[in-house]
Amino acid sequence: MANTKTKTKMTPRARSEAIWGLAFVAPTIIGLIILNFIPVFQTIWQSFCKTGDFGKGNIFIGLKNYQNMVTGTASAEMWQSLWNTIKYTLVQVPFSIAIAMLLAVLLNRKLKGRSVYRTIFFLPMVCAPAAVAMVWKWIYNQQFGLLNNLFHTKTAWISDPNIAWLSIAIIGIWSAIGYNMVLFIGGLQEIPHDYYEAALIDGANGWEQFWNITWPLLSPTTFFILQTGIIGALTVFDLMFMVMDKTNVALSKTQSIVYLFYTYSFTENNKGAGATIVVILVLFIMLITFFLQKIEKKFVYHP
Amino acid sequence: MESYKAKKAAGTAVIHIVLIVMSIIMIVPFAWMILTALKTNQEAISVNPFYILPHNGWHWENFGTVWKSYNFLILYKNTLLLIFFRVVCACLTATMAGYAFGRLNFPGKNILFSLVLVQMMVPAQIFIIPQYTMVSKLGAINTMFGLVFPGLVTAFGTYLLKVGYEGLPKDLEEAATIDGCNVGQRFLYIMMPLTRSSMVSLGIFTAVFAFKDLMWPMIAAPNAEATTLSAALAKMQGQYSNDYPSMMAAAVLAILPMVIIYVIFQKQFVEGIATSGGKL
Repeated sequence: MANTKTKTKMTPRARSEAIWGLAFVAPTIIGLIILNFIPVFQTIWQSFCKTGDFGKGNIFIGLKNYQNMVTGTASAEMWQSLWNTIKYTLVQVPFSIAIAMLLAVLLNRKLKGRSVYRTIFFLPMVCAPAAVAMVWKWIYNQQFGLLNNLFHTKTAWISDPNIAWLSIAIIGIWSAIGYNMVLFIGGLQEIPHDYYEAALIDGANGWEQFWNITWPLLSPTTFFILQTGIIGALTVFDLMFMVMDKTNVALSKTQSIVYLFYTYSFTENNKGAGATIVVILVLFIMLITFFLQKIEKKFVYHP
Repeated sequence: MESYKAKKAAGTAVIHIVLIVMSIIMIVPFAWMILTALKTNQEAISVNPFYILPHNGWHWENFGTVWKSYNFLILYKNTLLLIFFRVVCACLTATMAGYAFGRLNFPGKNILFSLVLVQMMVPAQIFIIPQYTMVSKLGAINTMFGLVFPGLVTAFGTYLLKVGYEGLPKDLEEAATIDGCNVGQRFLYIMMPLTRSSMVSLGIFTAVFAFKDLMWPMIAAPNAEATTLSAALAKMQGQYSNDYPSMMAAAVLAILPMVIIYVIFQKQFVEGIATSGGKL
Protein backbone atom coordinates (compact mmCIF):
# COMPACT_ATOMS: atom_id res chain seq x y z
CA MET A 1 0.00 0.00 0.00
CA ALA A 2 2.56 2.53 1.15
CA ASN A 3 4.81 1.71 -1.80
CA THR A 4 2.23 2.25 -4.50
CA LYS A 5 1.31 5.54 -2.89
CA THR A 6 4.88 6.80 -2.91
CA LYS A 7 5.44 5.90 -6.54
CA THR A 8 2.54 8.04 -7.65
CA LYS A 9 2.85 11.68 -6.77
CA MET A 10 2.84 12.41 -3.06
CA THR A 11 0.96 15.29 -1.56
CA PRO A 12 3.27 17.78 0.18
CA ARG A 13 1.91 16.62 3.50
CA ALA A 14 2.57 12.96 2.78
CA ARG A 15 6.04 13.88 1.59
CA SER A 16 6.86 15.78 4.70
CA GLU A 17 5.58 12.85 6.76
CA ALA A 18 7.78 10.43 4.82
CA ILE A 19 10.84 12.60 5.41
CA TRP A 20 10.12 12.90 9.13
CA GLY A 21 9.49 9.16 9.35
CA LEU A 22 12.75 8.21 7.67
CA ALA A 23 14.67 10.73 9.74
CA PHE A 24 13.18 9.34 12.96
CA VAL A 25 14.00 5.71 12.21
CA ALA A 26 17.43 6.53 10.76
CA PRO A 27 19.45 6.38 14.03
CA THR A 28 17.90 3.06 15.05
CA ILE A 29 18.16 1.45 11.61
CA ILE A 30 21.75 2.60 11.00
CA GLY A 31 22.64 1.43 14.50
CA LEU A 32 21.03 -1.97 14.00
CA ILE A 33 22.81 -2.44 10.68
CA ILE A 34 26.23 -1.59 12.13
CA LEU A 35 25.80 -3.25 15.54
CA ASN A 36 23.76 -6.30 14.60
CA PHE A 37 23.26 -7.07 10.93
CA ILE A 38 26.80 -6.70 9.68
CA PRO A 39 28.06 -8.64 12.75
CA VAL A 40 25.78 -11.60 11.92
CA PHE A 41 27.45 -11.94 8.53
CA GLN A 42 30.88 -11.28 9.98
CA THR A 43 30.37 -14.04 12.53
CA ILE A 44 29.25 -16.46 9.83
CA TRP A 45 32.25 -15.48 7.69
CA GLN A 46 34.58 -15.84 10.66
CA SER A 47 33.34 -19.38 11.24
CA PHE A 48 34.84 -20.28 7.86
CA CYS A 49 38.18 -18.74 8.79
CA LYS A 50 41.18 -19.50 10.89
CA THR A 51 42.31 -16.73 13.20
CA GLY A 52 45.92 -15.86 12.35
CA ASP A 53 48.74 -15.65 14.88
CA PHE A 54 48.34 -12.96 17.56
CA GLY A 55 44.64 -12.83 16.70
CA LYS A 56 45.42 -11.03 13.45
CA GLY A 57 43.81 -11.61 10.09
CA ASN A 58 41.38 -14.24 8.91
CA ILE A 59 42.53 -17.03 6.66
CA PHE A 60 39.73 -18.77 4.79
CA ILE A 61 39.70 -22.47 5.58
CA GLY A 62 36.24 -23.48 4.39
CA LEU A 63 34.35 -25.94 6.55
CA LYS A 64 37.36 -26.99 8.61
CA ASN A 65 36.15 -25.31 11.80
CA TYR A 66 32.84 -27.10 11.50
CA GLN A 67 34.51 -30.40 10.78
CA ASN A 68 36.65 -29.89 13.84
CA MET A 69 33.67 -29.03 16.03
CA VAL A 70 31.28 -31.68 14.78
CA THR A 71 33.53 -34.69 14.25
CA GLY A 72 37.14 -33.60 14.87
CA THR A 73 39.36 -32.89 17.85
CA ALA A 74 37.07 -30.32 19.47
CA SER A 75 33.91 -32.33 18.92
CA ALA A 76 33.86 -34.22 22.22
CA GLU A 77 33.98 -30.96 24.15
CA MET A 78 31.42 -29.28 21.90
CA TRP A 79 28.85 -32.08 22.08
CA GLN A 80 29.38 -32.47 25.81
CA SER A 81 28.78 -28.74 26.34
CA LEU A 82 25.68 -28.83 24.17
CA TRP A 83 24.40 -31.81 26.16
CA ASN A 84 25.22 -30.02 29.45
CA THR A 85 23.22 -27.03 28.25
CA ILE A 86 20.26 -29.20 27.26
CA LYS A 87 20.30 -30.98 30.62
CA TYR A 88 20.42 -27.64 32.40
CA THR A 89 17.49 -26.37 30.31
CA LEU A 90 15.42 -29.50 30.90
CA VAL A 91 15.64 -28.95 34.66
CA GLN A 92 15.79 -25.18 35.00
CA VAL A 93 12.85 -24.32 32.73
CA PRO A 94 10.14 -26.74 33.97
CA PHE A 95 10.89 -26.22 37.65
CA SER A 96 11.13 -22.44 37.45
CA ILE A 97 7.80 -22.43 35.59
CA ALA A 98 5.99 -24.88 37.88
CA ILE A 99 7.07 -23.22 41.14
CA ALA A 100 6.35 -19.76 39.75
CA MET A 101 2.89 -20.84 38.61
CA LEU A 102 2.09 -22.30 42.02
CA LEU A 103 3.20 -19.10 43.76
CA ALA A 104 1.27 -16.92 41.31
CA VAL A 105 -1.94 -18.92 41.86
CA LEU A 106 -1.47 -18.68 45.62
CA LEU A 107 -0.82 -14.94 45.46
CA ASN A 108 -3.69 -14.20 43.08
CA ARG A 109 -6.21 -13.54 45.87
CA LYS A 110 -6.80 -11.18 48.74
CA LEU A 111 -4.04 -12.13 51.13
CA LYS A 112 -2.21 -10.44 53.96
CA GLY A 113 1.36 -9.56 53.04
CA ARG A 114 0.79 -10.17 49.34
CA SER A 115 3.03 -7.35 48.17
CA VAL A 116 5.74 -8.32 50.67
CA TYR A 117 5.85 -11.85 49.24
CA ARG A 118 5.97 -10.46 45.72
CA THR A 119 8.83 -8.11 46.61
CA ILE A 120 10.84 -10.97 48.13
CA PHE A 121 10.30 -13.42 45.27
CA PHE A 122 11.21 -10.82 42.67
CA LEU A 123 14.40 -9.72 44.46
CA PRO A 124 16.88 -11.96 42.54
CA MET A 125 15.70 -10.27 39.35
CA VAL A 126 17.43 -7.00 40.26
CA CYS A 127 20.62 -8.64 41.55
CA ALA A 128 23.71 -9.11 39.43
CA PRO A 129 24.03 -12.84 38.61
CA ALA A 130 27.73 -12.48 39.39
CA ALA A 131 26.93 -11.66 43.03
CA VAL A 132 24.21 -14.30 43.23
CA ALA A 133 26.58 -16.94 41.90
CA MET A 134 29.26 -15.92 44.38
CA VAL A 135 27.06 -16.45 47.42
CA TRP A 136 25.67 -19.74 46.09
CA LYS A 137 29.18 -20.97 45.44
CA TRP A 138 29.96 -20.20 49.06
CA ILE A 139 26.79 -21.95 50.24
CA TYR A 140 27.74 -24.99 48.14
CA ASN A 141 31.32 -25.05 49.47
CA GLN A 142 32.16 -28.64 50.33
CA GLN A 143 34.17 -27.99 53.50
CA PHE A 144 32.75 -24.81 54.98
CA GLY A 145 29.49 -24.24 53.12
CA LEU A 146 26.14 -23.62 54.75
CA LEU A 147 24.41 -26.50 53.00
CA ASN A 148 26.77 -29.29 54.03
CA ASN A 149 27.01 -27.91 57.57
CA LEU A 150 23.29 -27.63 58.10
CA PHE A 151 22.54 -31.10 56.79
CA HIS A 152 25.76 -32.76 57.98
CA THR A 153 26.61 -33.93 54.49
CA LYS A 154 29.87 -33.95 52.58
CA THR A 155 28.47 -33.48 49.09
CA ALA A 156 30.75 -31.91 46.50
CA TRP A 157 27.93 -29.77 45.11
CA ILE A 158 29.96 -28.02 42.44
CA SER A 159 32.94 -30.28 41.87
CA ASP A 160 31.20 -33.62 41.45
CA PRO A 161 30.76 -34.01 37.67
CA ASN A 162 27.46 -35.81 38.19
CA ILE A 163 25.71 -33.13 40.20
CA ALA A 164 27.46 -29.82 39.50
CA TRP A 165 25.15 -29.05 36.55
CA LEU A 166 22.17 -29.69 38.81
CA SER A 167 23.53 -27.39 41.51
CA ILE A 168 23.84 -24.61 38.95
CA ALA A 169 20.35 -25.35 37.62
CA ILE A 170 19.06 -24.84 41.17
CA ILE A 171 20.63 -21.35 41.19
CA GLY A 172 18.98 -20.76 37.81
CA ILE A 173 15.60 -21.84 39.16
CA TRP A 174 16.00 -19.71 42.28
CA SER A 175 16.87 -16.69 40.10
CA ALA A 176 13.98 -17.07 37.65
CA ILE A 177 11.04 -17.89 39.93
CA GLY A 178 10.15 -14.29 40.79
CA TYR A 179 10.21 -13.03 37.23
CA ASN A 180 8.09 -15.90 35.94
CA MET A 181 5.71 -15.44 38.85
CA VAL A 182 5.12 -11.78 38.04
CA LEU A 183 4.34 -12.68 34.43
CA PHE A 184 1.94 -15.39 35.62
CA ILE A 185 0.18 -12.98 37.98
CA GLY A 186 -0.29 -10.66 35.01
CA GLY A 187 -1.82 -13.54 33.04
CA LEU A 188 -4.06 -14.61 35.91
CA GLN A 189 -5.50 -11.13 36.26
CA GLU A 190 -6.80 -11.34 32.70
CA ILE A 191 -9.01 -14.32 33.57
CA PRO A 192 -12.55 -13.10 34.33
CA HIS A 193 -13.60 -13.73 37.90
CA ASP A 194 -17.09 -14.93 36.91
CA TYR A 195 -15.63 -18.17 35.56
CA TYR A 196 -14.52 -19.18 39.02
CA GLU A 197 -17.83 -18.14 40.57
CA ALA A 198 -19.72 -20.23 38.04
CA ALA A 199 -17.44 -23.19 38.75
CA LEU A 200 -18.01 -22.78 42.46
CA ILE A 201 -21.76 -22.91 41.94
CA ASP A 202 -21.28 -26.09 39.90
CA GLY A 203 -19.40 -27.52 42.88
CA ALA A 204 -15.95 -27.67 41.31
CA ASN A 205 -13.10 -28.02 43.79
CA GLY A 206 -9.86 -26.07 43.64
CA TRP A 207 -8.04 -28.68 41.59
CA GLU A 208 -10.86 -28.90 39.02
CA GLN A 209 -10.98 -25.12 38.82
CA PHE A 210 -7.25 -25.05 38.13
CA TRP A 211 -7.35 -27.66 35.36
CA ASN A 212 -10.50 -26.47 33.65
CA ILE A 213 -10.18 -22.71 33.96
CA THR A 214 -6.74 -21.51 35.06
CA TRP A 215 -4.51 -23.89 33.06
CA PRO A 216 -6.16 -23.39 29.63
CA LEU A 217 -6.71 -19.64 30.01
CA LEU A 218 -3.19 -19.12 31.32
CA SER A 219 -1.63 -21.14 28.49
CA PRO A 220 -0.63 -18.11 26.33
CA THR A 221 1.39 -16.74 29.27
CA THR A 222 2.82 -20.18 30.02
CA PHE A 223 3.87 -20.60 26.43
CA PHE A 224 5.52 -17.19 26.31
CA ILE A 225 7.49 -17.95 29.50
CA LEU A 226 8.37 -21.41 28.19
CA GLN A 227 9.70 -20.01 24.94
CA THR A 228 11.75 -17.15 26.42
CA GLY A 229 12.85 -19.40 29.29
CA ILE A 230 14.18 -22.08 26.94
CA ILE A 231 16.16 -19.55 24.92
CA GLY A 232 17.48 -17.95 28.12
CA ALA A 233 18.55 -21.32 29.53
CA LEU A 234 20.19 -22.43 26.29
CA THR A 235 22.35 -19.28 26.37
CA VAL A 236 23.21 -19.45 30.09
CA PHE A 237 26.63 -18.00 30.85
CA ASP A 238 26.93 -15.80 33.96
CA LEU A 239 26.13 -18.46 36.57
CA MET A 240 28.30 -21.06 34.85
CA PHE A 241 31.22 -18.69 34.50
CA MET A 242 31.10 -17.48 38.10
CA VAL A 243 30.58 -20.87 39.73
CA MET A 244 32.85 -23.06 37.60
CA ASP A 245 36.55 -22.20 37.88
CA LYS A 246 38.88 -23.17 35.09
CA THR A 247 40.45 -25.68 37.47
CA ASN A 248 37.17 -27.31 38.54
CA VAL A 249 37.29 -31.03 37.77
CA ALA A 250 33.58 -30.99 36.90
CA LEU A 251 34.00 -28.21 34.33
CA SER A 252 33.79 -30.32 31.18
CA LYS A 253 30.67 -32.12 32.37
CA THR A 254 29.01 -28.86 33.42
CA GLN A 255 30.00 -25.94 31.21
CA SER A 256 27.39 -24.53 28.88
CA ILE A 257 27.83 -23.96 25.18
CA VAL A 258 28.09 -20.17 25.65
CA TYR A 259 30.81 -20.72 28.27
CA LEU A 260 32.69 -22.77 25.67
CA PHE A 261 32.11 -20.01 23.12
CA TYR A 262 33.56 -17.46 25.58
CA THR A 263 36.59 -19.63 26.31
CA TYR A 264 37.41 -20.13 22.64
CA SER A 265 36.73 -16.54 21.56
CA PHE A 266 38.15 -14.48 24.39
CA THR A 267 40.42 -16.65 26.52
CA GLU A 268 42.13 -18.68 23.82
CA ASN A 269 41.58 -15.97 21.21
CA ASN A 270 40.50 -18.54 18.65
CA LYS A 271 37.68 -16.47 17.19
CA GLY A 272 37.15 -18.80 14.24
CA ALA A 273 36.26 -21.65 16.58
CA GLY A 274 34.20 -19.31 18.77
CA ALA A 275 32.21 -18.11 15.77
CA THR A 276 31.62 -21.71 14.72
CA ILE A 277 30.21 -22.59 18.13
CA VAL A 278 27.91 -19.58 18.12
CA VAL A 279 26.63 -20.41 14.63
CA ILE A 280 25.90 -23.97 15.75
CA LEU A 281 24.12 -22.61 18.83
CA VAL A 282 22.01 -20.20 16.78
CA LEU A 283 21.05 -22.96 14.35
CA PHE A 284 20.08 -25.14 17.30
CA ILE A 285 17.97 -22.36 18.85
CA MET A 286 16.29 -21.72 15.49
CA LEU A 287 15.42 -25.40 15.31
CA ILE A 288 13.94 -25.31 18.82
CA THR A 289 12.01 -22.12 18.01
CA PHE A 290 10.62 -23.73 14.86
CA PHE A 291 9.56 -26.77 16.87
CA LEU A 292 7.95 -24.57 19.53
CA GLN A 293 5.96 -22.73 16.86
CA LYS A 294 4.68 -26.12 15.71
CA ILE A 295 3.42 -27.11 19.13
CA GLU A 296 2.11 -23.63 19.92
CA LYS A 297 -1.29 -24.36 18.38
CA LYS A 298 -1.69 -27.53 20.39
CA PHE A 299 -0.40 -26.08 23.62
CA VAL A 300 -2.12 -22.72 23.70
CA TYR A 301 -5.86 -22.78 24.27
CA HIS A 302 -7.80 -20.85 21.65
CA PRO A 303 -11.44 -20.37 22.68
CA MET B 1 -21.30 -22.35 57.55
CA GLU B 2 -18.96 -22.73 60.52
CA SER B 3 -17.13 -25.61 58.92
CA TYR B 4 -16.83 -23.70 55.66
CA LYS B 5 -15.20 -20.81 57.51
CA ALA B 6 -12.85 -23.13 59.36
CA LYS B 7 -11.93 -24.84 56.12
CA LYS B 8 -11.21 -21.51 54.50
CA ALA B 9 -9.05 -20.40 57.43
CA ALA B 10 -7.11 -23.67 57.26
CA GLY B 11 -6.64 -23.15 53.52
CA THR B 12 -5.28 -19.64 54.08
CA ALA B 13 -2.91 -20.97 56.72
CA VAL B 14 -1.55 -23.59 54.30
CA ILE B 15 -1.06 -20.92 51.65
CA HIS B 16 0.86 -18.77 54.11
CA ILE B 17 3.05 -21.69 55.13
CA VAL B 18 3.98 -22.42 51.50
CA LEU B 19 4.69 -18.74 50.84
CA ILE B 20 6.74 -18.34 54.01
CA VAL B 21 8.86 -21.42 53.24
CA MET B 22 9.50 -20.06 49.75
CA SER B 23 10.33 -16.63 51.17
CA ILE B 24 12.89 -18.20 53.46
CA ILE B 25 14.49 -20.03 50.53
CA MET B 26 14.67 -16.74 48.64
CA ILE B 27 16.05 -14.76 51.60
CA VAL B 28 18.63 -17.22 52.97
CA PRO B 29 21.30 -16.57 50.30
CA PHE B 30 21.04 -12.82 50.90
CA ALA B 31 21.13 -13.26 54.67
CA TRP B 32 24.12 -15.59 54.39
CA MET B 33 25.89 -13.08 52.16
CA ILE B 34 25.48 -10.32 54.76
CA LEU B 35 26.24 -12.52 57.79
CA THR B 36 29.41 -13.90 56.22
CA ALA B 37 30.51 -10.39 55.28
CA LEU B 38 30.42 -9.44 58.95
CA LYS B 39 32.56 -12.31 60.20
CA THR B 40 36.30 -12.85 60.40
CA ASN B 41 37.56 -15.38 57.91
CA GLN B 42 38.41 -17.71 60.76
CA GLU B 43 34.81 -17.63 61.91
CA ALA B 44 33.44 -17.99 58.39
CA ILE B 45 35.31 -21.26 57.91
CA SER B 46 34.85 -22.64 61.40
CA VAL B 47 32.99 -25.87 60.99
CA ASN B 48 32.98 -26.99 64.57
CA PRO B 49 31.28 -25.12 66.20
CA PHE B 50 29.31 -23.89 63.23
CA TYR B 51 28.38 -20.23 63.63
CA ILE B 52 25.31 -18.84 61.95
CA LEU B 53 25.71 -15.38 63.48
CA PRO B 54 29.05 -13.64 63.89
CA HIS B 55 30.37 -14.55 67.32
CA ASN B 56 33.38 -12.31 67.86
CA GLY B 57 31.75 -8.98 67.13
CA TRP B 58 30.24 -7.76 63.88
CA HIS B 59 33.06 -6.77 61.58
CA TRP B 60 31.61 -3.87 59.64
CA GLU B 61 35.14 -2.80 58.74
CA ASN B 62 35.24 -5.66 56.18
CA PHE B 63 33.18 -3.41 53.92
CA GLY B 64 35.64 -0.56 54.27
CA THR B 65 38.59 -2.83 53.51
CA VAL B 66 37.01 -4.19 50.35
CA TRP B 67 35.83 -0.72 49.34
CA LYS B 68 39.39 0.61 49.47
CA SER B 69 41.26 -2.34 48.05
CA TYR B 70 38.95 -2.58 45.06
CA ASN B 71 38.18 1.09 44.60
CA PHE B 72 34.44 0.69 44.62
CA LEU B 73 33.99 4.41 44.01
CA ILE B 74 35.27 3.96 40.45
CA LEU B 75 33.19 0.82 39.96
CA TYR B 76 30.04 2.62 41.09
CA LYS B 77 30.88 5.58 38.86
CA ASN B 78 31.47 3.34 35.82
CA THR B 79 28.31 1.32 36.39
CA LEU B 80 26.24 4.44 36.95
CA LEU B 81 27.58 6.13 33.81
CA LEU B 82 27.05 2.98 31.76
CA ILE B 83 23.45 2.80 32.97
CA PHE B 84 22.94 6.51 32.34
CA PHE B 85 24.23 6.44 28.75
CA ARG B 86 22.49 3.17 27.89
CA VAL B 87 19.15 4.48 29.21
CA VAL B 88 19.48 7.85 27.43
CA CYS B 89 20.49 6.24 24.12
CA ALA B 90 17.78 3.59 24.32
CA CYS B 91 14.98 5.98 25.24
CA LEU B 92 16.00 8.63 22.72
CA THR B 93 16.43 6.41 19.66
CA ALA B 94 13.56 4.07 20.54
CA THR B 95 11.01 6.80 21.13
CA MET B 96 11.77 8.44 17.78
CA ALA B 97 11.76 5.19 15.85
CA GLY B 98 8.77 3.87 17.78
CA TYR B 99 6.77 6.99 16.93
CA ALA B 100 7.67 6.75 13.25
CA PHE B 101 6.83 3.04 13.05
CA GLY B 102 3.68 3.44 15.09
CA ARG B 103 2.15 6.60 13.62
CA LEU B 104 3.79 7.76 10.39
CA ASN B 105 3.73 6.58 6.80
CA PHE B 106 6.99 6.43 4.93
CA PRO B 107 8.48 4.33 2.16
CA GLY B 108 10.09 1.06 3.26
CA LYS B 109 8.36 1.10 6.63
CA ASN B 110 7.45 -2.60 6.66
CA ILE B 111 10.86 -3.80 5.53
CA LEU B 112 12.65 -1.62 8.04
CA PHE B 113 10.38 -2.78 10.84
CA SER B 114 11.03 -6.39 9.93
CA LEU B 115 14.74 -5.66 10.55
CA VAL B 116 13.77 -4.66 14.08
CA LEU B 117 11.80 -7.87 14.60
CA VAL B 118 14.55 -10.08 13.20
CA GLN B 119 17.13 -8.56 15.55
CA MET B 120 14.90 -9.43 18.51
CA MET B 121 14.74 -13.06 17.46
CA VAL B 122 18.47 -13.66 17.06
CA PRO B 123 20.44 -14.63 20.19
CA ALA B 124 22.79 -11.78 21.13
CA GLN B 125 25.87 -14.03 21.31
CA ILE B 126 26.18 -13.95 17.53
CA PHE B 127 26.94 -10.19 17.59
CA ILE B 128 29.62 -10.22 20.25
CA ILE B 129 32.83 -11.13 18.40
CA PRO B 130 32.39 -8.51 15.64
CA GLN B 131 31.23 -5.89 18.17
CA TYR B 132 34.37 -6.57 20.16
CA THR B 133 36.50 -6.32 17.01
CA MET B 134 34.89 -2.97 16.12
CA VAL B 135 35.44 -1.53 19.59
CA SER B 136 39.00 -2.74 19.58
CA LYS B 137 39.67 -1.26 16.11
CA LEU B 138 38.30 2.06 17.35
CA GLY B 139 40.76 1.87 20.23
CA ALA B 140 37.82 1.99 22.63
CA ILE B 141 38.64 -1.00 24.83
CA ASN B 142 38.51 0.11 28.47
CA THR B 143 36.53 3.27 27.64
CA MET B 144 32.99 4.26 28.50
CA PHE B 145 32.14 4.40 24.79
CA GLY B 146 33.22 0.79 24.43
CA LEU B 147 31.02 -0.25 27.35
CA VAL B 148 27.96 1.58 26.01
CA PHE B 149 28.55 0.54 22.38
CA PRO B 150 26.22 -2.50 21.94
CA GLY B 151 23.41 -0.54 23.61
CA LEU B 152 23.49 2.56 21.41
CA VAL B 153 20.22 1.51 19.80
CA THR B 154 17.60 -1.02 20.80
CA ALA B 155 15.37 -3.14 18.61
CA PHE B 156 13.41 -4.33 21.60
CA GLY B 157 12.81 -0.76 22.87
CA THR B 158 11.72 0.33 19.41
CA TYR B 159 9.18 -2.48 19.38
CA LEU B 160 7.97 -1.61 22.89
CA LEU B 161 7.55 2.10 22.07
CA LYS B 162 5.90 1.34 18.72
CA VAL B 163 3.23 -0.64 20.57
CA GLY B 164 2.91 2.26 23.04
CA TYR B 165 2.39 4.84 20.29
CA GLU B 166 -0.06 2.66 18.40
CA GLY B 167 -2.27 2.53 21.48
CA LEU B 168 -2.77 6.29 21.57
CA PRO B 169 -6.03 7.78 20.20
CA LYS B 170 -5.94 9.22 16.68
CA ASP B 171 -7.91 12.44 17.14
CA LEU B 172 -5.28 13.96 19.42
CA GLU B 173 -2.84 14.24 16.58
CA GLU B 174 -5.46 15.32 14.09
CA ALA B 175 -6.47 18.23 16.30
CA ALA B 176 -2.85 19.31 16.52
CA THR B 177 -2.44 19.07 12.74
CA ILE B 178 -5.44 21.36 12.25
CA ASP B 179 -3.82 23.78 14.66
CA GLY B 180 -0.82 23.85 12.29
CA CYS B 181 1.66 21.68 14.14
CA ASN B 182 4.22 19.84 12.02
CA VAL B 183 5.25 16.24 12.67
CA GLY B 184 8.14 17.21 14.92
CA GLN B 185 5.98 19.43 17.11
CA ARG B 186 3.23 16.84 17.31
CA PHE B 187 5.77 14.26 18.40
CA LEU B 188 7.56 16.42 20.92
CA TYR B 189 4.67 18.21 22.59
CA ILE B 190 1.74 15.85 22.29
CA MET B 191 2.63 12.24 21.61
CA MET B 192 5.92 11.72 23.43
CA PRO B 193 4.67 12.86 26.85
CA LEU B 194 1.81 10.35 26.57
CA THR B 195 4.12 7.33 26.28
CA ARG B 196 5.82 8.09 29.55
CA SER B 197 4.94 4.73 31.11
CA SER B 198 6.44 2.79 28.18
CA MET B 199 9.57 4.94 28.45
CA VAL B 200 9.86 4.29 32.18
CA SER B 201 9.51 0.56 31.53
CA LEU B 202 12.20 0.66 28.86
CA GLY B 203 14.45 2.76 31.09
CA ILE B 204 14.19 0.37 34.05
CA PHE B 205 14.62 -2.66 31.82
CA THR B 206 17.70 -1.16 30.15
CA ALA B 207 19.19 -0.11 33.50
CA VAL B 208 18.75 -3.53 35.10
CA PHE B 209 20.13 -5.27 32.01
CA ALA B 210 23.21 -3.01 31.92
CA PHE B 211 23.74 -3.56 35.64
CA LYS B 212 23.53 -7.36 35.39
CA ASP B 213 25.49 -7.87 32.19
CA LEU B 214 28.73 -9.76 32.71
CA MET B 215 30.26 -10.91 29.43
CA TRP B 216 30.44 -7.58 27.60
CA PRO B 217 32.12 -5.55 30.40
CA MET B 218 34.57 -8.43 30.96
CA ILE B 219 35.77 -8.29 27.37
CA ALA B 220 35.25 -4.59 26.52
CA ALA B 221 36.61 -3.18 29.79
CA PRO B 222 38.97 -5.70 31.37
CA ASN B 223 40.93 -3.10 33.39
CA ALA B 224 39.95 -2.65 37.03
CA GLU B 225 39.61 1.14 36.59
CA ALA B 226 37.36 0.86 33.54
CA THR B 227 35.05 -1.98 34.37
CA THR B 228 31.64 -2.38 36.03
CA LEU B 229 30.54 -3.90 39.33
CA SER B 230 29.53 -7.24 37.78
CA ALA B 231 32.77 -7.76 35.91
CA ALA B 232 34.81 -6.61 38.91
CA LEU B 233 33.19 -9.31 41.04
CA ALA B 234 34.42 -11.93 38.60
CA LYS B 235 37.96 -10.62 39.04
CA MET B 236 37.72 -10.42 42.80
CA GLN B 237 36.61 -14.00 43.00
CA GLY B 238 39.89 -15.00 41.40
CA GLN B 239 41.93 -12.91 43.81
CA TYR B 240 40.14 -13.43 47.12
CA SER B 241 39.23 -17.02 46.45
CA ASN B 242 39.69 -18.09 50.08
CA ASP B 243 38.73 -14.90 51.89
CA TYR B 244 34.99 -15.47 52.13
CA PRO B 245 34.03 -12.42 54.23
CA SER B 246 35.76 -10.10 51.73
CA MET B 247 34.05 -11.74 48.76
CA MET B 248 30.66 -11.55 50.41
CA ALA B 249 31.26 -7.93 51.42
CA ALA B 250 32.08 -7.14 47.79
CA ALA B 251 28.94 -8.93 46.61
CA VAL B 252 26.80 -6.99 49.09
CA LEU B 253 28.35 -3.70 47.97
CA ALA B 254 27.72 -4.62 44.32
CA ILE B 255 24.02 -5.38 44.66
CA LEU B 256 23.05 -2.99 47.48
CA PRO B 257 22.37 0.17 45.41
CA MET B 258 20.08 -1.65 42.98
CA VAL B 259 18.27 -3.46 45.79
CA ILE B 260 17.61 -0.17 47.61
CA ILE B 261 16.31 1.48 44.44
CA TYR B 262 14.17 -1.59 43.80
CA VAL B 263 12.63 -1.59 47.27
CA ILE B 264 11.74 2.12 46.92
CA PHE B 265 10.36 1.90 43.38
CA GLN B 266 9.22 -1.72 43.45
CA LYS B 267 5.92 -1.08 41.71
CA GLN B 268 7.61 0.56 38.73
CA PHE B 269 10.32 -2.12 38.70
CA VAL B 270 7.99 -5.07 38.73
CA GLU B 271 5.67 -3.53 36.15
CA GLY B 272 8.52 -2.20 34.03
CA ILE B 273 10.31 -5.52 33.82
CA ALA B 274 7.12 -7.54 33.48
CA THR B 275 5.67 -5.40 30.68
CA SER B 276 9.00 -5.28 28.92
CA GLY B 277 9.21 -9.04 29.25
CA GLY B 278 11.23 -11.11 26.89
CA LYS B 279 14.92 -10.58 26.70
CA LEU B 280 16.69 -10.88 30.00
